This record gives sequence, structure tokens and C-alpha cells, in this order.
Amino acid sequence: MLGEAEVATAMDAVLLARLQFAFTLMFHYLFPPVTIGLGVLLVVMEGMYLKTRDLHYEAMAKFWTKVFAVTFAMGVATGIVMEFQFGTNWATYSRFVGDVFGSALAAEGIFAFFLESGFLAVLVFGWDRVSPGMHFFATVMVALGSMFSAVWIVVANSWQQTPAGFHIVGVGSAARAEITDFWAMVFNPSSVERLVHVLLGAFIVGAFVVLSVSAFYLLKGRHLEFARRSFTIALVVAALASLAEVVSGDSQARTLATTQPAKLAAFEGLYRTTPGGTRLTVMGFPDTAEERVRGEIAIPGLLSYLVWGDWNKPVQGLDRVPRADWPPVALPFQTYHVMVGLGFVFGALTLVALVMRWRGTLFEARWLLWTFVFAVAGPFAANELGWVAAEVGRQPWVVYGLLRTLDATSKSVSAGQVLASLVMFGVIYALLFAVYVFVLNDKIQHGPDEPAAPPAATTGRELLAAAGSLAGRRGESLTSTGGAAGRAGRE
Amino acid sequence: MDLHLFWFALLGVLLTGYAILDGFDLGVGILHLAARRDDERRVLLNAIGPLWDGNEVWLVTFGGALFAAFPRAYAAVFSAFYLPFMLLLFALIFRAVSIEFRSKRESAAWRRFWDGAFFAASTVATFLMGVAVGDSMLGIPIGPDGDYTGGVVDLLRPYALLVGVLAVATFAMHGSIYLHLKTEGELQRRIHGWMWRTFGFFLVAYMLVTVVTLVTVPAATRNFTRLPWAWVVVLLNILAVANIPRAISKGKPLGAFVSSSCTIAALVFLFGVALFPNLLVSSSDPAWSLTIVNAASSEKTLRIMRMIAFLGMPFVAAYTAVVYWVFRGKVELGKFSY
Repeated sequence: MLGEAEVATAMDAVLLARLQFAFTLMFHYLFPPVTIGLGVLLVVMEGMYLKTRDLHYEAMAKFWTKVFAVTFAMGVATGIVMEFQFGTNWATYSRFVGDVFGSALAAEGIFAFFLESGFLAVLVFGWDRVSPGMHFFATVMVALGSMFSAVWIVVANSWQQTPAGFHIVGVGSAARAEITDFWAMVFNPSSVERLVHVLLGAFIVGAFVVLSVSAFYLLKGRHLEFARRSFTIALVVAALASLAEVVSGDSQARTLATTQPAKLAAFEGLYRTTPGGTRLTVMGFPDTAEERVRGEIAIPGLLSYLVWGDWNKPVQGLDRVPRADWPPVALPFQTYHVMVGLGFVFGALTLVALVMRWRGTLFEARWLLWTFVFAVAGPFAANELGWVAAEVGRQPWVVYGLLRTLDATSKSVSAGQVLASLVMFGVIYALLFAVYVFVLNDKIQHGPDEPAAPPAATTGRELLAAAGSLAGRRGESLTSTGGAAGRAGRE
Repeated sequence: MDLHLFWFALLGVLLTGYAILDGFDLGVGILHLAARRDDERRVLLNAIGPLWDGNEVWLVTFGGALFAAFPRAYAAVFSAFYLPFMLLLFALIFRAVSIEFRSKRESAAWRRFWDGAFFAASTVATFLMGVAVGDSMLGIPIGPDGDYTGGVVDLLRPYALLVGVLAVATFAMHGSIYLHLKTEGELQRRIHGWMWRTFGFFLVAYMLVTVVTLVTVPAATRNFTRLPWAWVVVLLNILAVANIPRAISKGKPLGAFVSSSCTIAALVFLFGVALFPNLLVSSSDPAWSLTIVNAASSEKTLRIMRMIAFLGMPFVAAYTAVVYWVFRGKVELGKFSY
């Protein structure tokens, strides 16, 4: 057994490892939602260009591709850290989940990473090297690839929340989960709902980024045609995704009541199970020592109705869970509530803007445009907070009900080493972030290239032919009629 | 083929792919400061611009495959090399950032800073990977439960550092040959000189490591009695190395590039032969070594993943080929360049 002092050091090491994971992950997660969301918008914009041959759409696709590329580079650079970190800091966890995560990670590596990175080169550097059809194909592949990454990561994380399709081999520190049913693992009780929630959250981020920059141009009277069209496309995507996200969140909470009741109880600040309908706490300050929520504003019976569709059926509180298995309450409670609140704000804001766009008054409403310039912070915050709620709410387990976080770290890595790397990450990421903001600002200040400039159509014929035949039948026909000829025809 | 062997071999393929592909772009980074003018440095960056990102994915996939197929080895290797791998990560991050951000400003000071960062990050990353290979050749103290029991200093052994130097030399040579293929005119003539110098550097390091390995690391050739055909690879390795200067002086840089790729492949292969059937040798007690059997995932998982690999590999090969085809030929600085 460990002595008291050793337990204290072990806790320090675990706490530091958790802090490092949280910090590096939250930093990393600033970028993938942008690329996932922008990816969809790029497909729409470039698709519109191919359909209409309107050069404004081409300028849009080119400009947002630049933003996409810088963000993608950040995502890759910070993403490798995450993959390494399972092994460097969480060796026991890696041994425990390796067999289960194996297939998901292999699928991600092979299908998603290669797909994205390979075609990203064509996307960014290939404008004058391949035909428009081939380029569009690359855009679609990159958008699909970035979503595919999310699929496997969320599947793996969902398995940690609601493990399924496995059995445990070995005992004690040598115990590990082995797959018995691949599809049961992939479609574990929470994976589909969580995936939908994550993807919609990313669409909202991507759309709000476009809304913010476009609103800025509109306010400054720059690139007006570009900004109006970008704003409109992003607004439709943002509104649809925001509304869908509310529905998705609701269905997830209902699943949570049966799969992870302790987490739901923490989200809702439910210390005690009371007979009859359970109230929905709108806001308050949970106090775990006194097991109550201070300054609570609550709607009676609503949680019961949302979860069970029955105003009088009680929802389980933390009193039904052994004290040793309680998650922290205050942090998941607050992050969850702010996320939900922000979600409703996005819905309301985009609906108001949509109505005004339809009535033709949107682009004159400067107050609303200024709101959109700054509103972009909201979706980033909501995405991060949602993950904090989901991951802290899972504590004290790293794999729910099976492996405790306290037992999951690398025994050979000391607290001092983790502290050293954590400080280094802090410094490097601060620098990285400053440079990212700086470069992004540069791109935004520079703005899109005006579409009036004559198109550079100097691509060699054999290149077009090669690209076309690789892109298949569709690409070939685009090659013969599109590219230089298509553009020339329009001039 | 035995499942465990299949995954060991596939890891070898991924590592080889990584070393050949990211090898040349790390090499370009190592040589970056040798180019003097801004436009020359831009040519160097754009020679690898569309490709380095995809090349790095081979490392990500290697890491993922190691995690998936041999979780105990993944856990042991990554936690044992904690600080070196953290440094490697910082180097890779810096590298990515400096490639992306150098071109964003015209200022000479800005560009000088990122040029330096790009060079340092590429060199450090390459060196650390070499050190990890060297340490793996020697074995590291692993306890009975698969956890590393040594400290950071135990990893900084002369042999491991020497392999690190070999890695830098190899990638520098590989990168210079690649650059010769991608450039023209005055810059290409100067790069011709780089090829000779880096080859000399490589040759010295290569012979030194070979001799030291044969004399001080008996485990390296332990498997040769059992697998006599491994000598063929040694022979091919020597032929490939010998063909590099021959191809350069005959003015066939593509031949030289293929030869240096074969050299890298042979070195990775010999590294695999030296380890087999271990993934990580325990220097504390051979019985605690992590092997392709005791460190592996279940047969079921290995089988599922083999299916995924078979399904995915044709795609990977296809789109890697597409990208290299689209970006073939000499570097031209254009509107979409760095």
C-alpha cells in the first residue's frame, strides 16, 4: 500500500497530468471545430461557383480556404500532441483501452488523416494546378476527412463514457478491456448522439467565424458583395445548426439519465432524489459540503418532463451514488449551464438575423452586425465548456465504472517532469496563439482578392487530363468544358 | 501470415514510409540556412510546402498503429521517452508553425527568426528520433509490469547520441538530393555541392555507427544466424549507399534519390531485424522485454484492424500518388506559394 506522503505525490502527478491534458486538449479544440465547420461552408461556396461560374463565389472559396489552411495547420500541430500524450502521461490508461481504441484509431489514421492532409495540399496550392472539378473534389474530400476524424475520436471518447462490446481480461493494474463486438463498441449507447452534438457544435463555430469576419467587412464598407454572400450562406448554416443543436442536446440529456446518472445529477445540481417531479435548475451555485444549490432559480417538475416525458417521475440524484464515485458538482454544473444558455442565444440571434435578412434590413442594422463581430467567441466557449462538462462530469472515472483517473497515469513519469512539460506547453502555446491571431488578422485585413482580376489559367493540359481522369467521369467532363475554356467563355 | 508478425511488419512499413517521406522534408529543414537569399529559401520551403503535412501523417499513423496493435509497448515507449518525446513534439510544432508563418510578413527580421526556428526544429526533431532508435537498439530498463524504471539521463548514452547524428546526416543527404530534383539554375548548382558534402557526412556517420554496432551491440546481429537472408539486405544496403555517389556524378539525381530512399528503408529494416521479436528490450531482465506477443492487443482487434488496413491502404496509396503527381516538377514561386 502507498503511504500518505506517496498518495499525496501521486495525486499531484495525476492532477498535473490532468491539467496538462485539459490545457493541451482545450487549446487543440479551438481549431478542429473551425475546420470542420468551414469545410462544410467551403463545399457550399465552391459548389455554388461550379454551378453558377460566378467569380464572387470563387473569391469566397479562395479566401476562406486560406483561413481554413492556417487553422488546419494549428490543428495538426496541436493534434499530434494529443496522440502522444495518451502514451506519455497515461500509460496505464493506454494499456487498459488500447485493444478497444485500436480499431477506432487505426480507422482514423488511415481514412481521415491521410484523406485530409493529402487533399489539403490540392485545396491550398492546387488552384492553378488542377481543374475546377478536381479542386472541388479535393474540397469535398477534405471536408469529409475532417468530419471523419471527429467520428472516430468521439466514438473512442463515448466508449469511455458508456463502455460496450468488450470484456475485461486480467486483474488489478494488469486488467485491460478487450473487444468482443466491434459494432457494439462503435455504436455504444452514447456515440451517435454525442457525435451529432459535436458536429453541429463545429458547424456553429465555423459559421460564426464567417459571420464575424463578414459583419466586420460590412461595417467597414469593404468587400461588400463578398461579405453579403458569405454572411448569408453562413447565417443559414448557423441557424439550422443552432436549432438542431438544441434538439440534439435534449436527446443527449435523456440518454444521460440512464447511462450516466451521476453526471446528469452533477449537471443539474441534484444532490437528493426527491419523490414526485424533479425541478430544472436554471441557475444557482452548488455547494457540495451542504449538498444544496445556493441562490437557486428552478422550474418545478421540468427536468422530469424533459427526461421522462412525465412531470411526476423523479430523476435520480447523487444520493443514489456511492460518495467515492461522485463527480465534482460545481464545475460541471456551471459549464453545462453556460453552454446551454449560449446555445439558446445562438438560436435566437440567428433567427432574428434570418428574419431581418429576409425582410432586407439586416445589412443596415449596425448594432446586429457588431453583435455578430463579437458573437464568434460564444460558440468557441460553448464547445469548450461542453467538453469540460462532459469530461469532468465523468470523474472520478477515466473509463466510466471501470478505471479510475487516479489509477490511469504513467508511473514512470514524475510530477516534476509533467510540471516542466506543462510550463513548456504554456509558453509555446501562448506564442503559437499570438502568431495565429496575428496571421489571421493579417488575412482578414488583406481580405479576399477582388474577383474582377483576370483568372490565371496557365495550367498545362496534361495536368488537367491527369487530374480529370483521376477524378473520374465527372472530373473528365469538367476538364474538357471547364477550367480555362469555361472561364474564357464567361469573360 | 501470423497476425502479430503482420502488425510488426506493418509498423515497419509505416516507419519506413515516414522516414523516407518526412526524411526529405526534415532534411530540407536541416539544410534551410545554407540557402542565403530570401527567394532561395522560399524555393526550399515550396519544394516541400504541399507535402510535409501529409508526410507527418505517417508518424501520426505509426503512433496510432503502435497504440492499437501493441498498447503495452506504446505505453512503455512513450512514457519512458517522456522528456525527449515532449521535446520532439515542441520541435514538430515549431516546425509546422515556422513553415506556415514565415511567409506571412515581408519583414526580414521576422523571416530570419522563422528560418532559424525551422532549421533548429527540423534538426532537433531528427536528432531525437535517432536517439530513440539508438536507445531501442540498446534496450532500456523496463520493469516487470511494463513500466520504465530509469531516468532521463539513462537515455543519453553515447551510442544513442551517435545514432541521432546518423539520423541528421541521413536526412540532410536525402533532403539535398530531393532539393536537387526540385530546383534549377544557379541554386541547383549550389545544391549539387550540398549533395556531395552531406553524402560525405553521412558516409562517415554510417560507417562509424556500423562499426560501433557490430562491436558493442551484439543483439543487433543476433537474429542473423536464424535469418541468414537478412545478409541480403545488408548487401543491398551497401549497394544502395554506393550507388548514391555514382548516380550523382553521372547526373542522375532521381537514381540518387531512389538509392537514398532504399538506404533508409534498409536501415529501418535492419533496425526491425535487430529488435525482432521484441518491440522494446528490457535491459533489466530479458524476460520483461515487450514482445510482439506479450505487448499485443487481442487477436480479434488485430484481425479487425488488419481488415481496416487492407481497406484503407489502396486509398492511402492512391491519394498520396495523386498529390505527388499534381505537385511534381520543378518549384515555381507563384501566387499560392509560401
